[in-house]
Amino acid sequence: MTETASHGQAPRHIRDRLQGPGARLLKSWELLLFAVAVAIFVANSFASPYFLNAWNLSDATFNFTEKAMIAFAMALLIISGEIDLSVASIIALCSTAMGAAVQYGAGTPEIVLIGLATGLACGAFNAVLVTKMGLPSIVVTIGTMSLFRGISYIVLGDGAYRGYPAEFAYFGQGYVFWVISFEFVLFALLAVLYYVLLHRTNFGRMVYAIGNNATAASFSGIRVARVKFILFLLTGLMSGVAAICLTSRLGSTRPSIAFGWELEVVTMVVLGGVSILGGSGSIPGVVIAAFVMGLVTFGLGLLNVPGIVMSIFIGLLLIGVIALPRLWAMWRR
Amino acid sequence: MQVSLTTPPVAASSSGATADAAPVLRLEGITKTFPGVKALDGVTLELYPGQVTALVGENGAGKSTIVKTLTGIYQPDAGTISLAGAPVHFATAQDATAAGITAIHQETVLFDELSVAENIFIGHAPRGRFGLIDWPKMRKDAQEILSRIDADLDPDMPLRELGIASKHLVAIARALSVDARVVIMDEPTAALSHKEIEELYELVERLRAEGRAILFISHKFDEIFRIADRYTVFRDGQHVGSGLIADVDEAELVRLMVGRSVDQIFPQRAHNVGDEVLKVVGYAHPTEFDDINFTLRRGEILGFYGLVGAGRSEVMQALFGVTKPSKGAVRIDGQVRVIRSPAEAVENGIVYVPEDRGRQGAVIGLPIFQNVTLPSLAQTSRRGFLRLSEEFALAREYTERLDLRAAALDQDVGNLSGGNQQKVVIAKWLATKPKVIILDEPTKGIDIGSKAAVHGFMAELAAQGLSVIMVSSEIPEVLGMSDRVIVMREGLIAAELDGEDLTPENLVRHAAGIGAQP
Repeated sequence: MTETASHGQAPRHIRDRLQGPGARLLKSWELLLFAVAVAIFVANSFASPYFLNAWNLSDATFNFTEKAMIAFAMALLIISGEIDLSVASIIALCSTAMGAAVQYGAGTPEIVLIGLATGLACGAFNAVLVTKMGLPSIVVTIGTMSLFRGISYIVLGDGAYRGYPAEFAYFGQGYVFWVISFEFVLFALLAVLYYVLLHRTNFGRMVYAIGNNATAASFSGIRVARVKFILFLLTGLMSGVAAICLTSRLGSTRPSIAFGWELEVVTMVVLGGVSILGGSGSIPGVVIAAFVMGLVTFGLGLLNVPGIVMSIFIGLLLIGVIALPRLWAMWRR
Repeated sequence: MQVSLTTPPVAASSSGATADAAPVLRLEGITKTFPGVKALDGVTLELYPGQVTALVGENGAGKSTIVKTLTGIYQPDAGTISLAGAPVHFATAQDATAAGITAIHQETVLFDELSVAENIFIGHAPRGRFGLIDWPKMRKDAQEILSRIDADLDPDMPLRELGIASKHLVAIARALSVDARVVIMDEPTAALSHKEIEELYELVERLRAEGRAILFISHKFDEIFRIADRYTVFRDGQHVGSGLIADVDEAELVRLMVGRSVDQIFPQRAHNVGDEVLKVVGYAHPTEFDDINFTLRRGEILGFYGLVGAGRSEVMQALFGVTKPSKGAVRIDGQVRVIRSPAEAVENGIVYVPEDRGRQGAVIGLPIFQNVTLPSLAQTSRRGFLRLSEEFALAREYTERLDLRAAALDQDVGNLSGGNQQKVVIAKWLATKPKVIILDEPTKGIDIGSKAAVHGFMAELAAQGLSVIMVSSEIPEVLGMSDRVIVMREGLIAAELDGEDLTPENLVRHAAGIGAQP
């Protein structure tokens, strides 16, 4: 279309890429978000004398590591055009199941297995309702959000499970090396795993194809229901992993555990540049978004800003970062 | 935006084409660039009052872009638009409507849940006191406009209860309600039956008599020569010619469109048919089709002809595993196969190029190369891990064979024209090395140049031993390409024709169910 017609001649050569890697990076959402992260880091270090301290920064990572673990799986799910709003309730149910097991004298390996299995089972329940019965995932998971946490409330009421074994505390409180916590190492490891899964495998490519046009993807021979089933399983499993870390860190289980986290996880994913309509987004974006959210909450915490103001700030940040590119485009016109 | 129902906007002094009239709308030097593509390159377009100007060009020539520029959806990078001699600038679609430019699109943009009158007056309903909608006046005005175009429609009827042709009438009534000086019709006959097309022609005549300038976009030459006064031809985003229809013939228009003369429409092919590849036995579906039996041989092109709704696409989608047949079996290379999903069809070597390109064919949003390799990922990857260099190589091999027009392989397939998107879909399937390729209306809405390319390619594939099923409603295409033709009517096979029986008369007779010949 760019050149004049030349039917019937030797086939013209089509370039692989329109732009080089440098130009693509410069236009990327991730770079903009990275600049925001650096700005917040610098602002924080001026705002509070306690910010630039290795142990304080290490503590700050706990603000996002558990949520980010779920956010990686959630990113894939949202890119595929689905969503899971029951993740925080899955944490509650996993934690309740683990706490109950402790009351029957389960050891750390059993507790971990029960946490993961409960997460997988919850994910499978969502997956069956969405992929086998064809129900919209937003409705299904709003339902299971109430259902899963409701079970926790029935089991625990006003009470709490305590008495976790001493070695179970390692997942949420242990340090691998100096200030590097076990949770942070797990977060980094999962970031790499999900990066590879989404950006380097056939499975990841299918996720993008489904999110852009599920009908055409199916007409291209992709087993759409199977891919979505796996994505719900993964999200459930990651909720189980987060439940283990969080329960270990808190040392107890209450039915209100991780209350409201589903929105923070979705915020992290969207802030990371994943389209809420599906089809686009990246893991590096979600990783940077996790740091941004962690830095903001931590910096405001150091300044003794109350939690409710913090959530206002996170909300403004989300709207601001998303509106920025559009405002920029409008201004240039 | 007052509605003047009694006096036409421009005196309809002459309805014929004259060279000396002044254009009501003039676009000059319009350039519009998208990433990697110059969609319009300094084009000129003039529309005259009381005349129909046909805009002709291949897919990707820039026709849609100029319509969007005219209606304020796109802003040109360079060039001027002048309306009745005064320069204008359309920042939004509302600006263009206010200036009296209205478009009737291929798929009309109307609101199913609103009434006919509301659809006609949406955005400019007559207001009464306190700025509230004056319902009685709106109903009365709607009735007047409808009767002016001889449309026997109740203004209070919800739009969803109307057929496609009636919806077109509502769209036209809407165009008249804004007192449009310029009416753009973008392939208005694509979805209409023969009778409805005739009625549309009458309407165009009426609009012309009222002195409105009409831009008529069509791929059908017979209708261009029937109703247009003038023509303008675009090729690859450039203006390559314009003038009076009376001074031009079909061959000259084709030459301008493609930049060469199309001497031979259908490729000559040797009928070299081999062993049986596919056998369908007793295929049935509760509502769509029944008792479907046919065989397909190696290197054969099997045509499926019938009226729209005869069940041809439904049979093909069942073969491809999209819908489930209630009865029947499929044998591939003599072995019974069960196909429950498109994925299983692809594994068995059956691939399907759907009629609905945008929704079922190309994955808009993914780059070209990822569209091509989507069903071939097992081949380009290693142990489930992507290998981009292999993907680019595979995509390049097949897209270049199909003479794809694109700036780069990582370009979004949605930025391509319809014909080029079709090439990407075909390339995607050829890369899987299928046994049977099903093409559902492969050249519908495609320009002549791309059509010839698709036909040539089909012949080449058959010669290489691929079996082709071609669902088509175009008689010349069915006759020109097929070795054998199955005619379907109301979900049943009405006839199987080959050799001397393969005549236009027989096709039409069996498709329409007209009694047997003596």
